[in-house]
This record gives sequence, structure tokens and C-alpha cells, in this order.
Amino acid sequence: MRILDENDRIDPATIATMLGVSEEEVRKAIDQLEQRKAIVKYHAVVNWEKVDSDLVQALIDVKVSPQREVGFDQIAERIYRFPEVKSVYLMSGAYDLSVAVEGKSLKEVADFVATKLATIEHVLSTTTHFILRKYKEEGVILDDKSEAKRLVVSP
Amino acid sequence: MTFKGSKYLSDRVVSLPPSGIRKFFDVASQMENVISLGVGEPDFVTPWHIIESSYYSMERGHTSYTSNLGLLELRQAISERIYRKYGVQYDPTREVLVTTGVSEALDLAIRALVSPGDEVIITEPCYVSYKACIHLSGGVAVIVDTFVENEFKPAPEDIAKRITRKTKAIVLSYPNNPTGAIADRATLEKIAELAKAYDLIVISDEIYDELTYDGVHTCIASLPGMKDRTVLLNGFSKAYAMTGWRIGYVAGNEDIVGAMMRIHQYTMLCAPVMAQKAAIEALVRGESEMKRMVSEYNRRRRYIVKRLNSIGLTCFEPKGAFYAFPSIRSTGLSSEEFCNRLLEEERVAVVPGNAFGAAGEGYVRCSYAASLAEIEEAINRMERFVSRHAG
Repeated sequence: MRILDENDRIDPATIATMLGVSEEEVRKAIDQLEQRKAIVKYHAVVNWEKVDSDLVQALIDVKVSPQREVGFDQIAERIYRFPEVKSVYLMSGAYDLSVAVEGKSLKEVADFVATKLATIEHVLSTTTHFILRKYKEEGVILDDKSEAKRLVVSP
Repeated sequence: MTFKGSKYLSDRVVSLPPSGIRKFFDVASQMENVISLGVGEPDFVTPWHIIESSYYSMERGHTSYTSNLGLLELRQAISERIYRKYGVQYDPTREVLVTTGVSEALDLAIRALVSPGDEVIITEPCYVSYKACIHLSGGVAVIVDTFVENEFKPAPEDIAKRITRKTKAIVLSYPNNPTGAIADRATLEKIAELAKAYDLIVISDEIYDELTYDGVHTCIASLPGMKDRTVLLNGFSKAYAMTGWRIGYVAGNEDIVGAMMRIHQYTMLCAPVMAQKAAIEALVRGESEMKRMVSEYNRRRRYIVKRLNSIGLTCFEPKGAFYAFPSIRSTGLSSEEFCNRLLEEERVAVVPGNAFGAAGEGYVRCSYAASLAEIEEAINRMERFVSRHAG
């Protein structure tokens, strides 16, 4: 799992060699993980700053009043079904849901919050934080500072 | 007349052979687009928490000398580590000395123990410094070769044959650079018996002890009656990816460590305090990052060994360190020819086995302390090379 989490383009035969097991075992394990959705999706980590994109992202703290029987789940679902919403987490602390939203412009995100998110029943308040710059994404540092070089040959 | 510095050099320095690696390094570092499996150090950067703790200590003004022995807190942590791992108890106030890497510790051990004419047994192939340090002390390095048939383990019967009245010590370095061999407990027990029977000291360089992938590392000091006879050398370079910090240690008998300390106090004074602070952090909180790196090496190890064998470079399974040591005999080339041509034709740097002693002829050292992608590309290039040169 960790090998795939690092690099999902690595082939099962190589994984098998690295772990000292058969390729068949690796294929089976991956199939099972995919079937029970332990592996949800394979994707690339993109540094959007490099692709000349004007995507705007915001993290929104949402306070809600939980409902009887379903707690936060129902309201979370109402929020996560919007395609603009990239992630939704239930949080401990000063607010309840942390919602990541992506849009083509600041205005689009602001509109979404004002017209869709804030108006949902049981949403008490929203605080929107626009992301100015990403330094690290999914464990990967996004700057291009050159790494120190080792000697080519050393004892 | 021009001044010729070379005529003023001491005899021992003049007769000190240059490292075989150095020559090769000079060629390799001039070239572009080289993939190197020639490096004897981790490809990881020191874990951030260790670097950060060193920063923090500097910010608080820890920039001065320490005790000659090293910070007591570090010596205590070292002593606890050895006890926890191997059950051997060293008194941190008298039996542990912090050094600038194992390199200094080795030099101190040899200088403290070896008088001119004394013989020291070393097993080859081995790291390049042992022979040189013995030479610089006026001692005589007595070479015992190790062989692939015995998985490059030290053979006690071969060692026994080379013991004379002048023998002072045996140097062991397992897990081994360059072969990746480990020494199993039964072998070490027999060597320990020899040391006791002939009243010898064992200098044991265990810098790669954490990098043991198959089986359990046995510390020779932990064998019955061996604690006082063993000069145990270790450090932080390999397991914690801290080569550039130059920090290591020695643990052993009070008199021997005390003598090493006397040399150290005049020549080094103390190991750099910022590196000592970092080492404390490594021992106290570094375990999980270290284990992560070790398991990464282990994956690459399985990969490189399989690939080397599949391209016709027979490679026994190295169980420690981060080197594979394949035979290149199938190409009909000598180790140096192989490495020079591989570098020229395919831009891959590996180290000729004979740089580590005559017993390394016919082999090359491939370090797998490189990313999997680099290893893969290097072996692909080697595959082309080998098929061109297959005899």
C-alpha cells in the first residue's frame, strides 16, 4: 500500500520483487483493495502553479447545527455532492465541517459560498479562507529548490 | 629552483597507497548524465526532526566545546541504546567516547592499540580505511580473504591460520561494505573463542548494524567474555542518513577507551556540539524514520539483486548494508576495466571490487542507496553493456 501511495505507476511485478512475494499475490491483493474501495482512486499530484491555471481554492469553516438521528452526516452529504467541493471533513474544535472548494475565479467561489453553502438549512455560519500558495501537497514539497548533491563515488 | 613539497613528506605517508576509489571518482565526477550506484552513503536527507533539533540547539547558543568524551546526555543515550539492543552495559562516564564519525574512532582505536610491527588481521574485501590506519600506525595489516562461496563471511579457520605472536587485534566489519555480507552468531562465537585463546582485541565496526535485512545482527561484544575484548565502533551516518554530520562513537573497556580519549583530546578535542545534539535527537526520537528508510533499502535490495542476476551478473544475496556485490566474471573484464568502460559507454558509476582488497577482483560494488528509478535505469544500461561484452 505504501509503495502504491508513493508511486501508483509502479507495476505489480516490481512491487512483487521489492516485497519478496509473487506477482500473483500482489495482483490479487491490489484487486481486493480496489474491490473493497480501500484503494479509492489513482491520481497525479499536480502543482497547478506550473500549468498556468487560475484555479482558486478556499478552505471554508462551516458551523452547523447537528440534526437528530443523522447528526452531521446528512448536511455533510448535501455539501459534498456539489462538484465544486473537493473535500469535506468533520472537525473537532471551533467549527464543525472543513470544506475545500475549488472554482475558476474568486467570484465563482464567493458566489458558491453565498448562494449555495451558506443558505443550506442548519448551516449557521461560514468563514472562508482563500489559499494563497501551496508549499506542500499530499506529502510532496512543491518548491524547486535544488537538492544538495552527493559525491558521484564515495567509499 | 621550485619548491618541491613532496620531498618533505614522512615515509609512512609516502608509502601510503592512494585510495582506488579516488582515481575513479576523479573520472566519474567530470562526466555528465552519470547515474551513480557508486555512493557509500544514504540517498536520504537526514530526517527533518533531527536537523530541526540541531537548529534549535544552535539558536539557544549551544555552540561551544563539550567534554572531551562528548555530552553526557549523548553518552547515556548511546549506552542505553547498546543495552536495549544487545544487552551489553557500558558505563557512560568511562566506557563511551563520542567521535567525529566511525572514521575517527577507528583511527583512535588503531593508534591506541598498535605499536610498530604489531599485526592486525583484517578480512577483505572491506572498507578502505582499515589497512591505511594500520599502516599509519606502523602496524602490519594481515589480510584474510573472504569468498562468495561462504557468502563473504569471515572464516574463523582462515583467521586462525594467520594468527602469530605479533597479532594484536582483529578488525571485523559486518554488515560489510562492500559485499553486504553479515556475520552470523555461530561465526562470531568461533572468532570470539580465537580472540580469547590468543589474547586478542576485536575492533568491530558495526556502522551498518541497523541495516540488517535478513536475520538478526549479533554484536560481538555481547558474546560471553567479549565485552572488554571488543572495541565497538558505531555511528549515525548510515542508519540515520547523517554522513555529513561526522558523528560516531566507541564503546569498550575503560582503559582502551581512556587511551583513545587521550589521543582524541589532543587531536580533535571533541565532536562538533551541533552534531552531538542531533545525535541525541536521533537516538531518542529517530527510530520510526530510521525504520522507514531501512524498509525502503530492503525493497531496493530485493529489486537490484533480482535484476543483476537476471542480466547475467551473478549476485549472492547481501543481507546487510546497502550494497550488492555482483560477479562480473561473465564479461571477461577485470573489475577496473568493467567500471571504466561501463562509465564511458553507458554512464553508470559502480565501484571496482578490487578497491576493497584483492579478494574483490572480479566483482563490482553497486550501492542501492539510490532511488528505485535510478536503480532501474542503471541496470537497464548495465544490461546493454553486459550483452555487448558477454564472453
